[in-house]
Amino acid sequence: MNIVVCVKQTPDTAATVSVEDGVVSWGDSPLVLNPWDEYAVEEALRIREAHSGQVTALSLGPEAAMEALKLALAMGCEQAILINDPALEDADPLVVSKVLAAAINKIGEVDLVLFGRGSVDNDTGITGPQVARRLNWPVLSLVADITSLDPEGRTIAVERMLDEGRQLVRGPLPAVVSVVKGINEPRYPSFMGIRKASRSEIPIWSTADIGLDEVPTPAMTWPEIFAPTKVETECEMIEGETPEEVAARLADRLIEEKVI
Amino acid sequence: MANKIFVYIDHFGGQVLPASWEAVGVARSLADQLSSGVTAVVLGHEVEGIANQSIEYGADQVLLGDDPELKDYRPELFAGTLSHLAAEAQVLILPTTSRTRELAGMVAVDLETGMAPDVISFEIDGDAVLATRPIYAGKLLTKVVCREKRPQIITLQTRAFPKPEPESDRSGEVVRVEVVIGEIVTEVTGYKPSEAGVSLADAAIIVSGGRGVSNNPKLTPPNEITDEKEQEIWRSQQGFALVRDLAETLGAAMGASRAAVDAGYIPYAHQVGQTGKVVSPDLYVACGISGAIQHLAGMRTSKMIVAINRDSEAPIFKLARFGVAGDLFDIVPALTQALKERLGK
Repeated sequence: MNIVVCVKQTPDTAATVSVEDGVVSWGDSPLVLNPWDEYAVEEALRIREAHSGQVTALSLGPEAAMEALKLALAMGCEQAILINDPALEDADPLVVSKVLAAAINKIGEVDLVLFGRGSVDNDTGITGPQVARRLNWPVLSLVADITSLDPEGRTIAVERMLDEGRQLVRGPLPAVVSVVKGINEPRYPSFMGIRKASRSEIPIWSTADIGLDEVPTPAMTWPEIFAPTKVETECEMIEGETPEEVAARLADRLIEEKVI
Repeated sequence: MANKIFVYIDHFGGQVLPASWEAVGVARSLADQLSSGVTAVVLGHEVEGIANQSIEYGADQVLLGDDPELKDYRPELFAGTLSHLAAEAQVLILPTTSRTRELAGMVAVDLETGMAPDVISFEIDGDAVLATRPIYAGKLLTKVVCREKRPQIITLQTRAFPKPEPESDRSGEVVRVEVVIGEIVTEVTGYKPSEAGVSLADAAIIVSGGRGVSNNPKLTPPNEITDEKEQEIWRSQQGFALVRDLAETLGAAMGASRAAVDAGYIPYAHQVGQTGKVVSPDLYVACGISGAIQHLAGMRTSKMIVAINRDSEAPIFKLARFGVAGDLFDIVPALTQALKERLGK
């Protein structure tokens, strides 16, 4: 199995994110491998362990995103590639999907592309499906379980986590899969893995390297980023002599406020 | 008058998701402002009833693709059909559901246009829709716009817009359309019911439990459970049983914090927060949840928050309208009882 796992570097979810003059910052908080992508990397490694082959971690981002790729290498990916090009600074999802699809084509002979269900920064959750559409491969998104994978028979079967329950779907390879939390428990990088990753050279591809002579113009622009208005809530503490008294007062207040 | 404001109606198991009607409401108001009309797109099998309903909620015209092949949602099939139908639209509006997020993204690729998911408000700027959507799980907001390409595609965050009232005397036209069936490559082999019971996304009330649900000092695990982790899980199950009773009394969905999910107390399908579901119910009751920033990001837009927590200094109280600094194991069952009496259950 030749597997590509697409990853992104994001701020930690514990970060307090703020914005000034349109520039987003997250204080001293570290940049990390997007939490959802950890599940994708882990799933890629498990498939490789079960069926042999190799896993390539692929990222589009600034040079600092090397750190996220190094974590993927330390977890056990065979190789990592960073796509970095000044022309991609204002890339929107449409451009990102075009670039990633071109890179996957350049890697060549790929059987499976894995994504996390979204990234915790821009949170669009559409990159995986958009890349699938560009490649003209089926997309199996929000996957909570890969129930069978047959590299020779070229089929994959999954359980997708919908709001209404799980949908069981079977499709052909190659395919694009996006995974949700709960599909696995991502491993910690081993000491050996970290050492190996720190020594590895990660190639940087430009848009020309992946055969995109012309970078498409983004369709979307974001003229303004701002902090939500702080809702001033005065918390009314409900007190009483006994739990029953507290509960009765709270129940009465909820009914008065017409929320139940 | 061309009906250039398109809205996609998402449904599952013969039921339209309420978020779809919210989308029709937005399409209606947008069409009125832009002097256009509303075209609803209904794809599925035996969904003529849904087409008629769409008119009652505000559509002027419905494009109905009814075909046995469309019985189960499959992205390649639905995206191909929707792209074909909506190619001439000015705006395409969808609810944001576990089907439509990707569907909208794939249609955007087919039509080489922009797409903004999870939109919570918008304004009209020239002939473009300037949409506001949360990023960093709502810690920040961004305005996004697609100036040149058409259609502009937006998906609306569930419960961010009001659901219109249906009017049975509204008239409109249902047009049956050919479904564009390209090569069908995936097969839906079945469904399993949700682990979460009621869907968190469109729940009006959510009752959530946190790590605190396993901290009842008055409970002693049965003798046969000797493993410490298993004892903790057992304790958490007793705690979540109280949370569930309250949820059932209120007809609410049951949520959980990441800490509770990661500790193995409850399946991931229940998780509210930055790496779980972002929710916006009318009432959110947090039981034994201290309020980590990731959790607050996922529920801060709830219209009213009630916090029950032992630690009166917990961050959750800063967002709460009502707070109880007390033991959830005492307060939650008493609250369930008090509500049962008052709601006549």
